[in-house]
Amino acid sequence: MSQAVSPTPARRLGWRFDMRALSPFLALAALLVLGTVLNPDFMSVSNLTNVVTRSAFIAIIAVGTTFVIASGGLDLSVGSMSAFVAGMMILFLNAMGGAEWTTLAMAMGVALVLGAACGLANGLMVTVGRIEPFIVTLGTMGIFRALIMYLAAGGTITMASYEMRDLYRPFYFGDVLGIPVPVIAFLAVASVASLILYKTPFGRHVVAVGSNQDVARYSGVPIARVITLTYVIQGLCVGLAVLAYVPRLGSATPTTGLLWELQAIAAVVIGGTALRGGRGRIWGTIAGAIILEVVGNIMVLSNLVSEYLIGAVQGAIIIIAMLVQRSLQQRSQ
Amino acid sequence: MKRTMIGSLAAASLALGLATGAMAQQKNITIGVSIPAATHGWTAGVIYHAERTKALLEKAYPGLKVLVKTSPTGAAQANALEDLTQQKIDALVVLPFNSDELTGPVAQVKKQGTFVTVVDRGLKDPAIQDVYVAGNNPEFGRVSGQYFKDTLKTGDVVVLRGIPTVIDSERVDNFEAAIKGSGINVIDKQFANWSRDDAFKVMQDFLAKHKKIDAVWASDDDMAIGVLEAIKQAKRDDIKLVVGGAGMKDMVKRVIDGDKMVPVNVLYPPAMIATAIQVTVAHFYGGAPVRGTYLISSPLITQANAKEYYYPDSPF
Repeated sequence: MSQAVSPTPARRLGWRFDMRALSPFLALAALLVLGTVLNPDFMSVSNLTNVVTRSAFIAIIAVGTTFVIASGGLDLSVGSMSAFVAGMMILFLNAMGGAEWTTLAMAMGVALVLGAACGLANGLMVTVGRIEPFIVTLGTMGIFRALIMYLAAGGTITMASYEMRDLYRPFYFGDVLGIPVPVIAFLAVASVASLILYKTPFGRHVVAVGSNQDVARYSGVPIARVITLTYVIQGLCVGLAVLAYVPRLGSATPTTGLLWELQAIAAVVIGGTALRGGRGRIWGTIAGAIILEVVGNIMVLSNLVSEYLIGAVQGAIIIIAMLVQRSLQQRSQ
Repeated sequence: MKRTMIGSLAAASLALGLATGAMAQQKNITIGVSIPAATHGWTAGVIYHAERTKALLEKAYPGLKVLVKTSPTGAAQANALEDLTQQKIDALVVLPFNSDELTGPVAQVKKQGTFVTVVDRGLKDPAIQDVYVAGNNPEFGRVSGQYFKDTLKTGDVVVLRGIPTVIDSERVDNFEAAIKGSGINVIDKQFANWSRDDAFKVMQDFLAKHKKIDAVWASDDDMAIGVLEAIKQAKRDDIKLVVGGAGMKDMVKRVIDGDKMVPVNVLYPPAMIATAIQVTVAHFYGGAPVRGTYLISSPLITQANAKEYYYPDSPF
């Protein structure tokens, strides 16, 4: 807590191009080599496209998580929130009926506004309610999960109109110049997010609050507003992820988004953001999300271990990747 | 005060006499039904069929009361059992969350002289139950395997497994036993947790890994939906068929409609709770011996018989 906040944000920017920022990408490159050695099909364009596209949900959500964690917070509710927002969006589409572009645009608006509102609720309970974020979001995690179960009566919420499904399908399965739409989406989200985090006063406030709240308060940072906004950004990112999730299977179930919160947090930490706050790395987070998905893919593609042991090997690979990162960082210091 | 009490007593006995006179069959019986809350499609189906049977039977037997309680966890179900006992139930129909946690609580209910019917997941001590109604997991695997053997005869098959449990192992082991000796090879097996999203991912990876797949045993309807979407995306035409299982209405509908990719389904009916309640009620009203074990078959659902297993109003 007592470590000094770096005197000028500008100098911090200069540090971003060192080994530390690069290491998640090196870990990813190492995994790509490992995958190719185990099964040459791994490097096929279609496989890599699949994997990167699949990582889009966690990548987009984790961008929001980067803000929350960088400001010293935590959000456990994102997985349940995704399921809830996805369910509401599909119910809205079904209620409106038809297969018009305007209906789809409105449904997307509903998802984004609802996501942001859920985030705002989390944020206000943390700042105005002065409750630990762990407890607040543990509570809302249960609430959102129960709401989706209630809405679905335990079953499945499915898009009723097949015309609408066909209209919406390209948002997950389509591509622009060979790049899948969800990938374009997370690249865009990450670009905007890094502009906000690195180039705006708000971004600097997020990092300042995360590294030392007292110092930030004495420096005149509007702490409550900054923290609340990080949760709103998180909610908005959940809404964006849902926009890519719904067209894939056209349905939301009570198991939608299960454990996504842990994957998002893992992506952020693998990407080099400190879990205790005070540092945020958007592009590292993206690399982290892709790493998580690649590890799972390599496991299925290789014939190394029985299906019972996959979880253990996945865990080991992630820990080893982190150890490699850490040793690279130490060497560079 | 006294007068009114006597009056109402007289009225009550009169009413009782009239009732017994009019319907000699009327008998007041309360049956408690304890089931897990709907956490996925199958349990939602269980609740739907429990409520449907409750309405049906309460209409048929005027003295009958069926109390349906759902619980989100094993511990909550133990509490719900205590609550039900307080309401003086004559019989309990229970689909236990898990065997370990609920054997004790159900045994407590039994001690009060309650008639106990256990559904699907057995207790540690089978002596507790009067009636046991269960799905047949080995048969579920066997019937699926037999279908592959009969129609496909030879080829490469990938298998998606559920969550590592006894249920899943019984299904998969018997599937593999059934195809033994045929020309069918299981070229890959992975767990996809009975989840559409996980099944989509695993199938994408199978498609990347194997250049030729003849058929997919998704072993569950939720997983089959994810598998079908992944195949559609990859635009692969080597896969001839996908077999799920359980009897989800969307998948049964595809069988009815004659979908070439989904020619059959294998039943594992959530409606087995209806069987359990019916049998329990028969014990009190039917005068027929009902004690014993009822194994609900897992028949093959084909286009010919699919209508029989189609519940358009069920959430599952």
